[in-house]
Amino acid sequence: MIRFRLERRDNAPRWLPLVTSLGAVLVALMFGAILLAYGGLNPLVAYQQMFKIGFAESYSISDTLVKSTPLLLAGLGVSIAFRMRLWNIGAEGQLLMGAWAATAVALFVLPDTAPRFIMLGAMSLAGFAAGAFWGVIPGWLKARLGVNEIISSLMLTYVATLFINYFVYGPWAVGGFPLTEKFPRNAWFPRLLDYVDAIPFFRGMTAHIGFFYGVIAAIVLYILFQHSKWGYELKVIGDNPSAARYAGMNLNRTIVLTMLISGGLAGLAGMSEVAGVVHRLQENFSPGYGFTAIIVAWLARLNPLTMIIVAYLFGGLLVGGDAIQPAGIPLMIQGMIMFCVISAELFTRYRIRIKRNASVAEVSNG
Amino acid sequence: MDETLIFIFTIVGAGLRTGTPLLFATCGALINERAGVLNLGVEGMMLVGALAGFAVSYTTGNPWIGVAMGMFAGGLLSLLHGLVSISLRGDQVVSGLALVFMGRGITSVFGSRYVEIRDVPRLPTVELPFMENIPLIGRGILDPLFGQQNIVFYIGLLTVPAVWFLINRTRPGLYMRAVGDYPAAADSVGINVLGQRYLWVFVGGLFAGLAGASLSLAITPLWIEDLTAGQGWIAVGLVIFASWNPWRAAMGAYIFGALRRLPLDLQAVAWLPFAANPILGVWLDMIPYLFTILALVISSREATRQRLGAPLALGQPYVRGERGL
Repeated sequence: MIRFRLERRDNAPRWLPLVTSLGAVLVALMFGAILLAYGGLNPLVAYQQMFKIGFAESYSISDTLVKSTPLLLAGLGVSIAFRMRLWNIGAEGQLLMGAWAATAVALFVLPDTAPRFIMLGAMSLAGFAAGAFWGVIPGWLKARLGVNEIISSLMLTYVATLFINYFVYGPWAVGGFPLTEKFPRNAWFPRLLDYVDAIPFFRGMTAHIGFFYGVIAAIVLYILFQHSKWGYELKVIGDNPSAARYAGMNLNRTIVLTMLISGGLAGLAGMSEVAGVVHRLQENFSPGYGFTAIIVAWLARLNPLTMIIVAYLFGGLLVGGDAIQPAGIPLMIQGMIMFCVISAELFTRYRIRIKRNASVAEVSNG
Repeated sequence: MDETLIFIFTIVGAGLRTGTPLLFATCGALINERAGVLNLGVEGMMLVGALAGFAVSYTTGNPWIGVAMGMFAGGLLSLLHGLVSISLRGDQVVSGLALVFMGRGITSVFGSRYVEIRDVPRLPTVELPFMENIPLIGRGILDPLFGQQNIVFYIGLLTVPAVWFLINRTRPGLYMRAVGDYPAAADSVGINVLGQRYLWVFVGGLFAGLAGASLSLAITPLWIEDLTAGQGWIAVGLVIFASWNPWRAAMGAYIFGALRRLPLDLQAVAWLPFAANPILGVWLDMIPYLFTILALVISSREATRQRLGAPLALGQPYVRGERGL
């Protein structure tokens, strides 16, 4: 008789999380394949097609970078909150508000003739501020009134969607379509294809400078997590809130500050999306980047540098997913991956002992 | 006078009808939370239940088989959450989130072929023509309220006392509360904690599936992507608002049903600005979501004052012999 028993690990080897994450993704792809086959699709063809378009074509790098930019910025945002076990799952709403504020600056606040760096700087600030505001609301409600931040941040996402709809269908609409005017050229992020005269290889490449925002944010956060008082407090509060309180940490202030930065980065993701990709505000411009960012953050185990790579891989999944039908496949695979990753965490926290021919005494001890 | 009454109570009646799926979803979430398992995946289970119900009703022609399959689909998905959070001891918040992604993804992949269909066999409406003939309140109040309700409304009315009775007056309900409040104590008297939790997570899934199927087969009888539009999340919030009590859950669900329905009805009122400018209606659509936050503010103030409601072991995996409740 074979019996399994779980034993808690005191510390896991460093390579283990990486191996279990990779294993989890593979298992998720296998389950996804079964579902696809059940739905009448050939999973191998679908995966091959997705991989080809997402990673292997000449334009793949650029397209995938474009999709990974909002994932990286918003993923960094949610990871900050997750570090202190604050469940900011409203990154999508914060992203939308950031895009809204950036649009307001580009179209209605600054004149078309404003110098490019002032324009983009003001849009970035506005995007960060609007996202931060949308993040601070659930943070403040949590700190002051103990309101569950999962529900409140998510409800605010629905509110943000409707808020955007009001503007793109109402006062900001042009020509009866749910979208605003195009931004003036100096409100566009520089893109690779802008330099095609100097480097012909960049022809048609739409990757924009927003990805560097993400990389810089990742590096800054990495340093902050390792070396700042705030980074330390995040970790302590996340691991053991009562210990943090006894140590004299101001939990409420840290919650609000964390949600501010978390929402701000998501807002920056929205800003980068309108300034770098759509160049206007329109309905449904985000295919749920803020939600996918949650999986990205979790899969990267909240490590900002790992997140650059994970965001890139998920960017490729989205690019590849756009190319195949039906459109929900990447979403389904994302859900699968998330499930498998949390299931796999068991292996990093517990050791599995397999026992053969358990003796009577052991059975009765359970 | 009668016309105004009829108008008002037609709106109230529509609100009761709209709140019914929310009622099922809230009761389901309440049940698995009472057993100590937080399942944030209600939205995902509702979507799966709605699509399964719709598809089966369309192919078999029998909406009741649709409802059964919708419930089963919701229950099946909930077992995935059970596996991760009960047996594998994963984080219940993240697992619930994953369930929502799964539900949205699966329904988006398998639902695309049902989007154009409008003539799905629906759950029947219960016609009570005699309501109109009741003196005084018949024509103005009772008829617009109950004259033309869908059968799911009456199922909802029965569900609330049934769930209350189950939780508070039966042995299975006692086990449910025991594993939700003091799992170690329950374990020591021989209750199978993990088995109980699986059972109630599954029941919660059945309810979420029922909520979805009642949406796609009665309340808004069609299938579109994201049909539930956040109702599963509102249900999770309502459980807190309801302090884990089915009666308060029903009250919350009906209020929210009315709020959700209100923008549609107000657009018909000529003297309101929304009638002339439908874009302004977007602000009304925000009300249910903002009200959810407000409800949470009110209930969390109450909860901190009275320190009651939440199951003590909510969200904690049970591991025999480890520290914890």
